[in-house]
Parts: sequence; structure tokens; C-alpha cells
Amino acid sequence: MFSDFSAAELSAIFAMQGFAGLILFAVFVLMALGLAIIFGQMGVINMAHGEFMILGAYVTYMTSNLFASHFPQLFGSYFLFAIVFAFFAAALLGALVEWSMIRFLYHRPLDTLLATWGLSLIMQQTYRSIFGAREVGVVIPDWLMGSYQLTDMIEVPINGLFVMVLAVLATLFVAALMYRSRWGKQVRAVVQNRPMAGAVGINTARVDRLTFALGCGIAGVAGSAFTMIGSTGPSSGQLYIVDTFLVVVFGGAGSLLGTVASAFSISQSQSILEFFMGGSMAKVLTLLVVVIILMFRPQGLFSLKVRR
Amino acid sequence: MPFSSFKDYMPRQDLLAFVVLALLLVVILPLTLDVMRLNQTGKFLSFAFVAVGLVLCWGYGGILSLGQGVFYGLGGYALAMYLKLEASTPENTRIQTTPGIPDFMDWNRITELPWFWEPFYSLTFSILAVVVVPMIVAYLIGLAMFKRRVGGVYFAIITQSIAAILTILIIGQQGLTGGVNGITDLRTLKGWNIHTDSASYALYFVCVALLFACLLIAQYIRRSKTGRILVAMRGQEDRVRFSGYDIANFKIFVFCIGAAFAGIGGAMFTLQEGFMSPSFVGVVPSIEMVIFCAVGGRLSLIGAVYGVLLVSVAKTVFGENFPELWLFAMGLIFIGVVLGLPNGIAGLYATYVGPHVDRLLDRIFGKQTPSEQTQPHLESNSQGATP
Repeated sequence: MFSDFSAAELSAIFAMQGFAGLILFAVFVLMALGLAIIFGQMGVINMAHGEFMILGAYVTYMTSNLFASHFPQLFGSYFLFAIVFAFFAAALLGALVEWSMIRFLYHRPLDTLLATWGLSLIMQQTYRSIFGAREVGVVIPDWLMGSYQLTDMIEVPINGLFVMVLAVLATLFVAALMYRSRWGKQVRAVVQNRPMAGAVGINTARVDRLTFALGCGIAGVAGSAFTMIGSTGPSSGQLYIVDTFLVVVFGGAGSLLGTVASAFSISQSQSILEFFMGGSMAKVLTLLVVVIILMFRPQGLFSLKVRR
Repeated sequence: MPFSSFKDYMPRQDLLAFVVLALLLVVILPLTLDVMRLNQTGKFLSFAFVAVGLVLCWGYGGILSLGQGVFYGLGGYALAMYLKLEASTPENTRIQTTPGIPDFMDWNRITELPWFWEPFYSLTFSILAVVVVPMIVAYLIGLAMFKRRVGGVYFAIITQSIAAILTILIIGQQGLTGGVNGITDLRTLKGWNIHTDSASYALYFVCVALLFACLLIAQYIRRSKTGRILVAMRGQEDRVRFSGYDIANFKIFVFCIGAAFAGIGGAMFTLQEGFMSPSFVGVVPSIEMVIFCAVGGRLSLIGAVYGVLLVSVAKTVFGENFPELWLFAMGLIFIGVVLGLPNGIAGLYATYVGPHVDRLLDRIFGKQTPSEQTQPHLESNSQGATP
């Protein structure tokens, strides 16, 4: 399949597809970070994660409309506000969901899957009732438009770069929170041994709620970033949920580094293969390889060494 | 014969449930519904095969598969391929560039029948494939996963990914599989038109008969020693392993049975609907199948059938009258069932109606000896009553 292209063309193809893969990678990382916290740390299968992401996307959409109509002079910076709004909207809803539903199901992880699936249906229908079934897109501010011309064959879109920077910042933020803060230490303690964590005075119920809210909040940020590269519809979230779970499982649940590494490998192989064999076959091949690797290495790429 | 008596295989409460279901499906529904609604019921019942398989896998074995749509689809496609080949005779397709191949292949400029379609000229092979292909796929998945002691959540996610992969594959390979439209325009089975009213009636009864065959097999497994090992495994996997049982083999066995049931269900759907498409394979239908089972009661074979019928009927009624409310209702049902009724409708029945029925039966047939009673520890959920 390589023989039809010259060496220079090939390297340009790899660079361009590689960059497209990097944007996909950034979205995967943002999606998977939230899920890695909720699923990897808490063991809750949140099938509504995609809908939390879409909530962030709709909040961004509303923010952009609000700025366009009320503060047009600040329009260039609306996106920064939108990210904050999206985070808090999704986190608040997440805390509410944890309080009303998830906390009763911690000892039945498979049942969280069914209950959150029900939640995702309700959320989808809510979006459809409020925003309509049509996909909506946001107006991207001028400074995020256009692209850098690196060589004559390679150009890099700025909105893609921005999404990547956002993904890097979010990853660093989560890593610092989990591994460098007192609160992160509490989360990890609760994950490893709930009764003992409670016995030493950690309020495990509060830690659970905040952890779930944080995971959902990051999904909201992912949705915000998502609006930069695509339009949002009520059921867009469902398209990503399988990929995201696979990213988290492939990376090894509970390992942030693993999540990033697996998001990178899945997105890169998918986008490079896409050029040569078309979108659907590239996806089939990538997912199939991941599933087969997981059958031989069920603990994922990076796993915490723990005694069970 | 592993059972000392018929009562051992079928305690009288179970027998009553089987008889009531049989009366409903064989007598009451055909007499009260018109042929279109009966055909629709038959299609709903094709999902009951999957739900019954899930009761065994999930309720008893503790294996939650989110990929039952894969097996349903494999069974359905196996029969659809046969029917499509029968419909694509050179005479019927003479306007095509290449007569004698299915129309969607011709539209996609394929000039030769792909090799894996060839065996489906034979009805015997196709019917065998309906059962065997899902079982082989389930066996391979089970072998890879259960031997490595992957279970629970991971198994659910990986089976879900397999469902997603198969859907993308079917949609992507339009020329070989019919793509997103699926395999359509299926008319005859060995020259017998499957769209007439009499065919609808006949297929409905075939579907009910097969469903009862599956139910009786499932009841056999449930009441046999294997069934008890499955329950023990669900509760304390390690203890069963240390007692010398090969856990993986039991899991593979029950997963394969579930897959075979799902395949039969898919084939019955194809026959009654006249087409098969990837919209019955993917992630969403696979989860819906689990929901059917959860609503009916994950520990009750008969409950699962009622669960399928109730949810499907609710879906049709709501979907026809208030399409925008349907997803709300369905979401609330899921959450409500999971939070409030972990044993579904069958759990409600066992708590509130069962004891009264039992007393009534006592009065009619005399008290039953303790050995005949349904073992409560088999019926209770692992989280519910005493272990």
C-alpha cells in the first residue's frame, strides 16, 4: 500500500495523519481522563459519560451565544469562560447523580452500568427537547482559526493545537491532584481499602461524591474542547463511549500514564490507518487489535502492582 | 437421568409458571390479536431467546455480556444470507450486471459471490450455522477471557467492544454484507412465501415452540448440578475453584448456550421480519437485551420472557403515541428497576404473589414435602437474602 507514494509524500502523509491523530488523541485523553477517575478509581461504569461530555459542549454553545449577544467585545475570550462553566455544570450534575443514584450501587458495579445507561437515555432526550435534534456548532473566535504552514505539504490547524494544549493542561492538573495533593491521597486510600480509609477518619462518602463530580467535570471540559473540532448533537456522546472505555481498559484501570499511552496508540494507529484503508476498516482493525491484546493481557498496558 | 423425579426438574411453582406462559402465548394471544400484532409479538419473542440466555449467563453465572447482539446478529444474518441467495436467482436478478448475486453486491460493483456466501446455498448448513456460528464465536471469546480469569466489568466492556466492532465491520463492508440497510427483500423459504398471513401464524407458533424448547433446556441446566455450581461460582468464585471445579469451563459452557439461544432468536427475527440489519447487532440493542432481562428478573427464566414482552409493548405503545416521552420513560424504568427491583418483576411476584399461590396449591394438591420445595437459596439474589 506504500508503493504508490514517494518518500516525501509518505512522510507528509504520516505527519498530517499523525497530527490529525494527535487531535483525536487530545479528545480521547480528555474523555478518558474523566472515565479513568470514575471507572479506574471508583469502579463505577458510567455509561452516561458521553452525555456529560455533550453537556459541556452545549454549555459552550450557550456561552458563545451569550457572549455574541451581550458581550460582543469579549467574544474572542468566551472560550476560556466556557471551559470553566462546562466544568462546573458537568461536575454539579455529576455530584447530583452520585448522590441520588450511584451511591446506592457501589457494591454492584455491573448495575451501575444499567442505571447510568438509563440516565444517558434521559439526558439525550433532554438535550433533544431543549436544543432540538439538529447538530449545533459554535462560532470559533478568530484567533483559533486558520493554520500554521510548516512546510509546503504540512500544515497544522490552530484549533487542533489549542485542544492539545488543553488536554496536556488537564492531564497535568489531574495528575497533580491525584498524586500530589492531600485530597488525591484520600481518593487513592478509599480506592485501595474503603473500610480502613473510613477508620482513619476519611469521609469516604464525601470523597466518592467529589471524585465522581471531578470525573464528570473533566468530561464537561472534553465536551468544550470537542466543539472546537466538530458539531454537537444530542446523541454524539454515544459514539465515543465504547472507544473511551476501551482506552481506559487498554491503558490499565487506575493508571493515568496508561490511559494517556493507550489513548495515544489507539488514536495514532486509527488515524494513520484511516488514510490507507478508509475510516471504518481502520477503526475495526484498531479496535480488534486492542481487544485481542486485552485478551492476552487483561490488566492493560500499565497496571498497578497489587495483591488481590 | 440426573433428576430423581419430574418434580425435581420442575417444581410445581415453576410448572405453574410454564403452563400459564404457554396458555398466554399459544392460546390467548393468537385468539385475541390480529395477524399484524401477532407477528409483532413473535418479533418481540425473538428477543426473549436472548433474555433467557442472559438469565443463565448473568443471573446464574454472574457473567454480564454486553455483546449478545453479536450472537443475535450472527444467527439472524446466517438465515438472512440463505434467504437472500434464494431470492437472488438469475431470473429474478437478470437486470443486474451480474445476475445471480444479491442486489446490494451488484450495486457495489462486485461481480462474484464472495467465498463465505457459498455454503449458504444450503438450507441445512444455514440452519446449523444459526446455532453453531454463535457458539463457536462465544467459545473463542470465552476461551480467551475466562481461561485468563477475566470477568465482571472487563468482560462486559470487551464484549461491548466486540459488538461495536462487528457493527462497524458490517456497515463498512457494504458490498459483502448489505451495509447499514442490512439484508433486505427476503421473500421465500424453499419457495414458501414468508409474508402471507398463514406464514405469519405458522412462524409465530414455530417461534413459540422453539422458545419453549430453549426454556426447557434452560430449566434443565438451572435445576441440574451445573446450575448450582453456576450459582456458587457467582457468589464465591474462589471457593468453587478450590473445591476442584474448573470455573472457566462452566463459564464457557453457559456463555455458549446463551449465544446459541441468541442465534436462534436472531434467525426467528429474520424469518418474521423479512430482513436483518446491523441495527440489531450493535451496542444499543445489546444493552437493551440486558435491560429486558433485568426488568423481567435476572433470576427467572419465565420472568425474562415477560420482561421482553412488557418492555417491547411499552416501547411500541409509547413510541407510537408519545415518541418524545419514550426515552424518558425507558430511562426511568432502567434506573427504577436497578435501584428498586434488582430481581425485576419476578422478584415482585416471588415476594408478594408467590406465597399466596403456594398456599392455594397446598390447599388443592396437599402439602408438598420439603424436598420438592424450590430451594430458596437458589432463587435469592446474592446481595439479597442470606447466602
